[in-house]
Amino acid sequence: MAVVTGSGTMVETNRVIAPGQTSGLIDDVVNTPVLVGPQRTPTWWWIGFSISLALLGLYLISVVHLITTGVGIFGNNQPVSWAMPIINFVWWIGIGHAGTLISAALLLFRQPWRTSINRFAEAMTIFAVVVAGLYPILHLGRPWVFYWLLPYPNTFGMWPNFRSPLAWDLFAISTYASVSVLFWFIGLIPDLATLRDAAKSRFQKLIYGTLALGWNGSAKAWQRYQRAYLLLAALSFPLVLSVHSTIAMDFAVSQVPGWNNTVMPPYFVAGAVFAGFAMVLLLAIPLRRAYGLQNLITMRHLDNAAKLMLATGMIVVYGYGVELFYAWYSGVEFEIFMAYNRVLGADHGWAFWLLILCNLVAIQPLWFRKVRQTPWALFLISIFVSIGMWLERFVIVVVSLTKDFLPSSWGNYVPTFWDWALYAGSFGLFFTLFFLFIRLLPSIATTEMKELAHHDAHHGSDSYEKIREAYYRGEVPA
Amino acid sequence: MSANPSERYGLVAEYDTPEAVLEAAHAARKAGFSKMDAYTPHPVEGLDDALGMKPTQLGFVVLGMGLLGAVAGYFMQWYSATTFYPLNIGGRPLHDWPTYVVITFEITVLLSAFTAGLFMIGRNGLPRPYHSIFNTPGFERATRDGYFLCIEQSDPNFDEGRVRELFAGTHPVAVQEVQA
Repeated sequence: MAVVTGSGTMVETNRVIAPGQTSGLIDDVVNTPVLVGPQRTPTWWWIGFSISLALLGLYLISVVHLITTGVGIFGNNQPVSWAMPIINFVWWIGIGHAGTLISAALLLFRQPWRTSINRFAEAMTIFAVVVAGLYPILHLGRPWVFYWLLPYPNTFGMWPNFRSPLAWDLFAISTYASVSVLFWFIGLIPDLATLRDAAKSRFQKLIYGTLALGWNGSAKAWQRYQRAYLLLAALSFPLVLSVHSTIAMDFAVSQVPGWNNTVMPPYFVAGAVFAGFAMVLLLAIPLRRAYGLQNLITMRHLDNAAKLMLATGMIVVYGYGVELFYAWYSGVEFEIFMAYNRVLGADHGWAFWLLILCNLVAIQPLWFRKVRQTPWALFLISIFVSIGMWLERFVIVVVSLTKDFLPSSWGNYVPTFWDWALYAGSFGLFFTLFFLFIRLLPSIATTEMKELAHHDAHHGSDSYEKIREAYYRGEVPA
Repeated sequence: MSANPSERYGLVAEYDTPEAVLEAAHAARKAGFSKMDAYTPHPVEGLDDALGMKPTQLGFVVLGMGLLGAVAGYFMQWYSATTFYPLNIGGRPLHDWPTYVVITFEITVLLSAFTAGLFMIGRNGLPRPYHSIFNTPGFERATRDGYFLCIEQSDPNFDEGRVRELFAGTHPVAVQEVQA
């Protein structure tokens, strides 16, 4: 077994963490890029940040134009009154779900590989939810009175209709956003204390020290911390399932053919995890390379994320099958026509087949270990998946609405320039926040990594790996 | 440098492994000390037991607040939909509980999660700009790779000689006095 002694030596490994990692080594690798002065910021960061900032400018221009002119700048109109804003909302929030799943579900299932990727995945969640949450507000028409959606004592003497899925949506998303921020911040406190203690300049000490709230790592503090963290994970896991189920119910509770379908909630959740793991890979692959984190985010992480992507992808494809089967089995003329129009329709049939290409065909290479361990191939497949998941929402939202019941009220939908500008700009918002995050905060949970590294070094953890290696050597009977 | 004992917070021993600090905590408890705490870069399993700490009550508080959230969330919807602002939508019953499930659940989670987070922060005395333990020379290692055990001056059995003797038997990297 090769022992890695310095942060400069890197080996690609299939272990959860490269051998020979120590607390100090982890701190140095993760925290040094955060603590260096502005003049030592790497060039790739400036390039990425500038592009993101330019796109953020486009976002702001689009928002200003939207607010001053009105939602008429978008292409949606009767009968397609829900289009790009909803598609992009569902797409972004779905991406966020992988972060919560990694940090909460994998913690509850005691998966040690979660530790290296949970922090930046949680950040990804928060930023994706920010971007997603702005879409419905911007789509309201009068975004400045969005608080009318909340149940608060008001002079109109009115209450929201709590029996509407759109009201559920508001509660689900605002709870999800605030609990995600809390979970992330609680997880960050010990890491912020580490930064405070490692910081050289007074300014950094002041900022990180304030954010760390005076954390001293006492045994009593850790006892409460661990319990609180575990409970937050236990609460976040069902929360994340509820959020996308609720979003699915926005559709499923309606009577539109193609929406009124009981498979929607589980199928939406699987789709969210699928898209989310694609985004985790899209971020992790460049990040581990740029910051030299291959010892901490190892091949095992890429491999596992790819496996989860394959599994959830196949669930999603099963969902497509069920939707078509349901249309036929229901015997409802409108459902059958919707299915026909979705698959073979002249207007948008291409979207369905492109979707099958992205979400079914493109992920099949993931059955092979060699592909799962080739970063560029994973990166490419993840791009396909991201496009595929966008197309899925396009097919569900737009194709169902263009031709529903009465042929006299059929219509088409074409996105406008501003639809695309706002969408492109939303990447700017997301990546601006993400670039700031990886520059100013540790992208790996160092505290948890130290525990893992200690366990790995002293208790010969990774016992599964050892048993497997022994099995391949023929020392352990199957 | 020996400080005036009245201005002293306690004596601190530093160790370089979690096992060592755990062993030292056991030894200190056996020797009859009770006012002590350990400071570690990551949670060390069994350290709270070794220091004689009771389990945290956090779970019960969270459960209570969660139940409160569930009741309050359901009540809000029931009251608004049946009494204060009834909406007749296609003649559906006003008290149709299945449609209340989602919001009840969300408010339960919201209240429980914030209770868990804020209770932990509050009971740990955070935010706290000053704590005597930070006067320990080299305490910045407590978030990196140092494991500290502090026996506080306020312990009824505190005796400098006895504490130093105890620490000497546990192979510390360093033993230091900490100013209050």
